[in-house]
Amino acid sequence: MKKTLALTLLFAGTLGAVAVAQATDARARFMAANCAYCHGPDGKSRGAIPSLAGLEKGYFVQQMKEFRDGKRDATVMQKHAMGYTDAEYEAMAAWFAAIK
Amino acid sequence: MAFDRREFLKVSAGVAGAASLGTLTGCAGTGPSAGGARPKVVIVGAGFGGATCARYLKLWEPKIEVTVIEPNDVFTSCPFSNTVLAGINNMQDITFGYDNVKKVVDKWVKDTVTGIDTAGRTVKTAGGATFAYDRLVLAGGIELMFSAVQGYDAEAQKSVMHAWKAGPQTATLRKQLEAMPDGGVFVMSVPRAPYRCPPGPYERACTVASYFKKAKPKSKIIVLDGNEDIASKKGLFLAAWKKHFGYGTPDSMIDYRPNNMPRAVDPKKMMVGTEFDDVKGDVINVVPPMRAAEVCGMAGVRLGLDGKEGPWCAIDFRTFESLHVKNVHILGDSTLTNFPKSGSVANNTAKMAASAIVEMVNGREPDAAPVVTNTCYSATGMGTAFHVATVFRYQAAKKEADGKVTPPAMIAQKGGGVSKEESELEFAYMDAWAKNVWADTLGLPENFNFTVKG
Ligand SMILES: Cc1cc2nc3c(=O)[nH]c(=O)nc-3n(C[C@H](O)[C@H](O)[C@H](O)COP(=O)(O)OP(=O)(O)OC[C@H]3O[C@@H](n4cnc5c(N)ncnc54)[C@H](O)[C@@H]3O)c2cc1C
Ligand code: HEC
Repeated sequence: MKKTLALTLLFAGTLGAVAVAQATDARARFMAANCAYCHGPDGKSRGAIPSLAGLEKGYFVQQMKEFRDGKRDATVMQKHAMGYTDAEYEAMAAWFAAIK
Repeated sequence: MAFDRREFLKVSAGVAGAASLGTLTGCAGTGPSAGGARPKVVIVGAGFGGATCARYLKLWEPKIEVTVIEPNDVFTSCPFSNTVLAGINNMQDITFGYDNVKKVVDKWVKDTVTGIDTAGRTVKTAGGATFAYDRLVLAGGIELMFSAVQGYDAEAQKSVMHAWKAGPQTATLRKQLEAMPDGGVFVMSVPRAPYRCPPGPYERACTVASYFKKAKPKSKIIVLDGNEDIASKKGLFLAAWKKHFGYGTPDSMIDYRPNNMPRAVDPKKMMVGTEFDDVKGDVINVVPPMRAAEVCGMAGVRLGLDGKEGPWCAIDFRTFESLHVKNVHILGDSTLTNFPKSGSVANNTAKMAASAIVEMVNGREPDAAPVVTNTCYSATGMGTAFHVATVFRYQAAKKEADGKVTPPAMIAQKGGGVSKEESELEFAYMDAWAKNVWADTLGLPENFNFTVKG
């Protein structure tokens, strides 16, 4: 009895972890890819729009918040920043920080 | 070798989870492939949507066997094609090879799709080849409906350009504008919304006017708009027309006529007929009404939300799969959405579809609440540009208090909108946008030598 319950929990727990880990991963990857049409593939820009690849995580999140709150001047970024949540800023920041 | 029971449990739980998630998605048949067979994805069309999707499918799940079918040898960009009409750039500047897409896909087929059997899951080409698929991606852009404009037959199409698909059409229209004498009249049209690139026609009026201002200052542009008003970035376009081209004065270079849908063309008399008028021009440029690409018709997916035949293809926003025909995904301008029909949208929704396909072939759920964005820059031809930008977020179907069901939707988020004013800075950003969206769509290397002038 006890053993079955433990096994069930183990199953449920592991399944949850696997599903969540994979879901988050693909989501961050897609959200970050979504910025590529302006910031370049992998956040490596080919023009006047700044690159995002390799930006330090804290700096990245800070910029997104400042764009959103209108504290940093922007032509277009306030409109984009307002469409995402703080958690999404973090997820994208981690993604771009990891790009060499 | 020690058998790690916990590892084993983890793995089998993962597999069991994957299988049950697969059924949840309702993607039976194209879930995890049995026996290690590689899932086959056939992509029709390598424009902004198709080329992006092909690249990202291979990037995110190399085991998918990707076949791309595209008749053109090169990619010619509609974005910036209006600057070619103005002589600011030339055709080579907006034309790119497919080398870096060809390199990553499993099969590149230079051919035109002529038949699709969604029951048997096969695609036929003009060259006589047949391709089987697990999932089909239709990214054919738009079909122009010449028959909706009286007299716009094959003969008329030799001299009346639409230039709404960039390529030889763009080059010919440029030549016609160059050959036009000073004091001539350029008549251009705007189709009724929804159409490819809402700001495009008004941008065209700007860039051609910038050319006339320099080279043929006595010339005029008559804009025949099928809509009741300027369909995109109205305030910014009117401001640019006033600032640069005398709009609102008797000397205005641009004569804008709303509610003037072209109904007929007569290339011998160089005339465009609307309900009210016959308008004569020295160069006439008529964009006929449009609908989802021919290939969508072949697949029987030109179906609205209600499943009835319509101009565009209703899709599930999480996967871009047809709402009505299984395993057929539609990308870009062919889709029925509330997004503007733009290269930006075709590029980033292609990645959304690629991401969803990757999740599904691995038996996982696609993102339950995807976010996509659009930004359309427009050039004035005078060294400045401006934009409109919107973020869209998925909202699942909702049962309201009164029992009615709100269907799933992509909701425009707060904060979207247009530039405060045109600026040189934004033209530099528009130039960067173009280079980055081309690089992302076509996999251009970091050291690619762009020649376009922004
Ligand atoms: C003048 C103009 C200016 C524009 N400016 C901008 C801009 O500044 N910014 C922006 O974001 N968007 C702009 N656009 C819009 C943008 O070009 C389109 O939204 C975009 O091209 C849509 O991508 P797509 O993949 O749906 O179609 P397309 O890019 O048209 O690709 C369709 C592909 O499918 C292929 N195909 C068609 N039929 C078949 C078949 N039967 N078999 C095989 N292959 C087939 C075609 O050869 C083509 O390569 C502009 C458009 C125009 C006309
Ligand atoms: C339409 C083009 C466009 C899109 C799409 C876009 N950006 Fe930007 N981004 C810009 C521009 C332009 C700037 C410079 C500030 C401004 O004028 O808005 C910028 C600046 C930034 C900066 C500051 C960089 C630095 O070095 O300080 C960050 C961070 C950023 N963007 C993140 C993002 C993220 C994340 C996304 C995707 C969710 C995104 N951007 C999508 C155009 C874009």
